[in-house]
Amino acid sequence: MKQVLDFEKPIVNLKEKITELKNLTEHSDIDLSEEITTLEKRLAVLEDDIYGNLQPWDRVQMARHQQRPTTLEYIEELFTDFIEFHGDRRFGDDAAIVSGVAYYKGRPVTVIGHQRGRNTKENLKRNFGMPHPEGYRKALRHMKQAEKFNRPIICFIDTKGADPGKESEERGQSEAIARNLMDMAGLTVPIICIVIGEGGSGGALALGVGDKIHMLENSTYSVISPEGAAAILWKDSGLARKAAESMQITSYDLKKLGVIDTIIPEPKGGAHRDVKQQAIYIDQVLEQSIDNLVNKDSHTLLENRWNKYKNIGDFGQI
Amino acid sequence: MLKDIFGKKRKYASIPSEQAKKNIPEGLMIKCSHCHDIYYRKELHKQLNVCPTCGYHHRLSAWDRINGLVDEESFVEWDQELVSTNPLGFPDYLEKLEKDRQKTGLNEGVVTGKGSIDGLPMALAVMDAGFRMGSMGSVIGEKIARAIERAREQSIPFIIFTASGGARMQEGVLSLMQMSKTSVALERFSREAGLFISVMTHPTTGGVTASFASLGDYNFAEPGALIGFAGRRIIEQTTREKLPDDFQTAEFLLKHGQLDKVVHRHDLQQLLSTLIAMHQKGGQPS
Repeated sequence: MKQVLDFEKPIVNLKEKITELKNLTEHSDIDLSEEITTLEKRLAVLEDDIYGNLQPWDRVQMARHQQRPTTLEYIEELFTDFIEFHGDRRFGDDAAIVSGVAYYKGRPVTVIGHQRGRNTKENLKRNFGMPHPEGYRKALRHMKQAEKFNRPIICFIDTKGADPGKESEERGQSEAIARNLMDMAGLTVPIICIVIGEGGSGGALALGVGDKIHMLENSTYSVISPEGAAAILWKDSGLARKAAESMQITSYDLKKLGVIDTIIPEPKGGAHRDVKQQAIYIDQVLEQSIDNLVNKDSHTLLENRWNKYKNIGDFGQI
Repeated sequence: MLKDIFGKKRKYASIPSEQAKKNIPEGLMIKCSHCHDIYYRKELHKQLNVCPTCGYHHRLSAWDRINGLVDEESFVEWDQELVSTNPLGFPDYLEKLEKDRQKTGLNEGVVTGKGSIDGLPMALAVMDAGFRMGSMGSVIGEKIARAIERAREQSIPFIIFTASGGARMQEGVLSLMQMSKTSVALERFSREAGLFISVMTHPTTGGVTASFASLGDYNFAEPGALIGFAGRRIIEQTTREKLPDDFQTAEFLLKHGQLDKVVHRHDLQQLLSTLIAMHQKGGQPS
């Protein structure tokens, strides 16, 4: 079953109608081709209208879409010879983060990403893509390895947030996230981060300190989920739509706020409509970023990284 | 019966006469919210807001903390003119900020500057939970990052006292990005062997815990301080687990290996002094 989002319903209804008319034309003597052509034209206009004017809340739905491609699907499309490695060598292995090495256009790279499940069973295994401390520590272990062997690091960000649980607190969720932020800042290899779905708070940021930060057009990146923000600000998580609007969490907002470098376009109707096309769009930006970064010496790389983060924020004087 | 003696309830409460009430100036006395003992406000203040009876560490304002810690007249404040500008255009945000400025006398939830303890200079950042719950927005991130940078340039230690309810909702993702900004600054500082000591005070939660608060070369906390990443209620709702009473307290973190030491407020000055001296070149105070 394909998941249909609320705002897409007019499109789906019209499509059904067209299919119906086509069937009728085929199986009876009535010729409806004129009507079909009219409706198809109307469909094209409707699609442009709806997909061209997505509201923040629509994009939240898109970012959370059940069929939205995950890290592993992009790895499949973009890299060759991917080998996944497991474990943080301290406590365990966290399936909410996948991590390993691969070739990108003939160049060895380290690839790391949050991994949601694509169905309930997978989600249970992968904790809905919400990492425990050992997930972040595994990621950092592999990043340090990338530094040792001078490989660029590519991070895919796609999480509601870090796991909020008793054991995560006991094992130092805060420290695990904080350590990644600081140690990523000092890695002497290029780091390219791409938000592919939900960029949820510190749990997303812990794979998100880098030289280039890109976002898929319909992904989101925020300090808290719209539901959480609504609960805190207005004591009503039902106001999530309003919160999504006021919190400025879309790729366009983040570009405007100076947090990200590039908005990567999506195929009409979202990444899940055409994974291969989406991968091509990502590929174009990724290749450019890597070409741009690999020849920089480590001093320049770190200075640029500092200058990038130093300037994020907005304040005045009195 | 013994029970009668101990269990006997007083039938009458003594109500101070109108005359007696008039003789006690407003706010002279203060009751410990923890053990309910009553003290002179001045006495509690002298004790840095630690209850003389039960040892409960009451909230301390940023300036009381600074004045109780550094050498007299050694502190010079940095960047006090920085204020939030409402980058997301959130309704009521500027009014809320103004209200807290009036209430606390601070421009934002952190005071930064340079001071000394026993003659040893240091960069200091002290957060104040009285200002928007110490929530971290652009100004807090900027002031802390600048303080770290100055500590690096001047080769002096950086000490922070954290107190924060987490992210500043009204600044959205810019609030989140202060976690990375301060962490990148700390990495630069650490690369040049700068000494960073983090002291977590009640409460230290969310994005502040998941960034600079946890990144000290030494991480300390005051007794009983609430320290955590996710809120207790969120964890209970998500996991439907019964959480222990001491969950996310300083003592809980110590037990789980997440802290170097829990330190009584009255012992902090001495500890910081000793530790900073140990990190001077050759181990001697300069």
